[in-house]
Amino acid sequence: MLAGGRGYPLACMSSADLEPLWLTLRLAAVTTPLLLAAGTPLAWWLSRTRNRLRFAIEAVVALPLVLPPTVLGFYLLVLLGPRGGLGAAWRALGLESPVFSFSGLVIGSVLYSLPFVVQPLQGAFESVGRLPLEVAATLRAGPWDRFATVAVPLARRGFFTAATIGFAHTLGEFGVVLMIGGNIPGRTRVLSIAIYDHVERLEYAAAHRLSLGMLLFSFLALWAVYALNVREPREPREPSGPRGPLGLPRRSRRSRLPNWPSPPPRGEP
Amino acid sequence: MSAVMKGRFRLARGAGFTLDVDFVAPASGVTGIFGPSGSGKTTLLRCVAGLERAPEALLEVAGEVWQDEARGRFLPTHRRPVGYVFQEAGLFAHLPVRRNLEYGWRRTAAAERRVRFEEAVEWLGLAPLLPRAPAALSGGERQRVAIARALLTSPRLLLMDEPLASLDAAAREEILPYLERLHASLRIPVLYVSHTAAEVLRLADHLLLLAAGRVRAAGPLIEVSTRLDLLPWGPEAELGAVIEARVVGHDDVYDLTYLDFAGGRLSLPRHAAAPGSRQRVRVLARDVSLALERPERTSVLNIFPARIVEIREAGEAAATASRQPLVKLDAGGATLLAQITRKSLATLELRPGLPVYAVIKGVALLMQG
Repeated sequence: MLAGGRGYPLACMSSADLEPLWLTLRLAAVTTPLLLAAGTPLAWWLSRTRNRLRFAIEAVVALPLVLPPTVLGFYLLVLLGPRGGLGAAWRALGLESPVFSFSGLVIGSVLYSLPFVVQPLQGAFESVGRLPLEVAATLRAGPWDRFATVAVPLARRGFFTAATIGFAHTLGEFGVVLMIGGNIPGRTRVLSIAIYDHVERLEYAAAHRLSLGMLLFSFLALWAVYALNVREPREPREPSGPRGPLGLPRRSRRSRLPNWPSPPPRGEP
Repeated sequence: MSAVMKGRFRLARGAGFTLDVDFVAPASGVTGIFGPSGSGKTTLLRCVAGLERAPEALLEVAGEVWQDEARGRFLPTHRRPVGYVFQEAGLFAHLPVRRNLEYGWRRTAAAERRVRFEEAVEWLGLAPLLPRAPAALSGGERQRVAIARALLTSPRLLLMDEPLASLDAAAREEILPYLERLHASLRIPVLYVSHTAAEVLRLADHLLLLAAGRVRAAGPLIEVSTRLDLLPWGPEAELGAVIEARVVGHDDVYDLTYLDFAGGRLSLPRHAAAPGSRQRVRVLARDVSLALERPERTSVLNIFPARIVEIREAGEAAATASRQPLVKLDAGGATLLAQITRKSLATLELRPGLPVYAVIKGVALLMQG
């Protein structure tokens, strides 16, 4: 229905609004797999390592949670611009400059939503614990085998949470995309910017249509995350206990996003 | 005793703990690894499995070198043919019982499978549990699945880390008979970690006593468990001896069961043990008294000629549970311990080498019947 773009349920929307909707969905659909691809190894490493660097890495990953998006967007703009190191490398590869383009939006979105993917995954991997993986090792499973057949299935709710929140968060981002993408209709003008434009032009009805749609979608996504995290029973094993939507123990100080800065509990050596 | 495994591990841990063991375990039977909490039992087992890598280590199992840090050799866990039963079952919550069992079985090369799937299922009584999810099992059932799952990799060495510790008394009693049966039917060596003396006495053939990360004593269970210098070797180990006996038959008239051991024939209150079966009998030191002549006209049925081997007088081990002398006896090859008073020791002029009669007031079968 959405892919059709001009289907019946959306008939009430102007084509000017369908364009940003389509662009935003495309952006989220491209960003989410990239987020999972980058976030999974990072979260896995963070959940297992005792390296001191992990605190610095965790802090960097969590930065978008506290920084104004404009700061992140500004530095990305500088870095990816024609004089920035990455921008130059990008062009050396013969690619279109990421600034004010879709690829720029994707890069910005991945960085901006990374903590929303890494943290639930890290929490999920941590709650899998050492035991099932050690058991798998004694049952002849090698490292990749253990990861694929034990860690990932046991952390599957973390993957669901990460994908859903990552997708929803990408849909709703504003500052970073405005900085790095600008506001080019059909190219970089995403929903949140379209809403901003409508409000600026006092087109409240149009702003309502888009805002309400986003509100409903976000609510449904979060509702699904919470509902799914409760419904599935776990094998009773300590330390279980209620878990928050991001796969973190509910009663701990880390029950809320961000789980930073308190370090996750480590298993006994 | 042909050694199948020789190991040496040295590993320092924070908080002042160092594991420094050098041990040999026999080719068959159960080696109980016993010691107080924090003595390094679990760490030792984890080192053998390769779950822990000691920086100084040499481990040889059945002529194969699994670890030799001097040459930088370390076989990772998944390449070691071990079965490991953890304290907690550690079943894969996302797989039903059948797939849990198949997990290691499928990863074992067909040519190396010596345990059939149906066999393991039958041994541990798992047929009705196969389609169930781990979350729907009781603690005892979970541990049975974990044991079968480990056996299905056809291990050449079975490692059990307090498999009963997380269970309540009822579940423990449910599992022990299965373990005893495995003990009898499996040909592979087992390292069995426990801090419960009763469990070790019931299951182990050999004993490795650990204390503060070091080997305190090692050897055949009956020998080590009656060494006077080690007693009491566990916090809750009551002073006593274990003797191996064979059920001869039951007496319907007097409701008794007769068992033969090296020192003679024991009479016990009737027990369900099958005639011909081998049983372990626990004789506590406080239930054994000594007489210089065979007591006549007494209600005690179990009186055996014996010879005093060794006497530990009070004071030598004032810190131990007993302040009274302990006497070690040899009854036709079987070892018995007797706890007597210092007064009796003096009055009867007991000394090593003296022939006496062991008067046994109470005997208990260790196995369930």
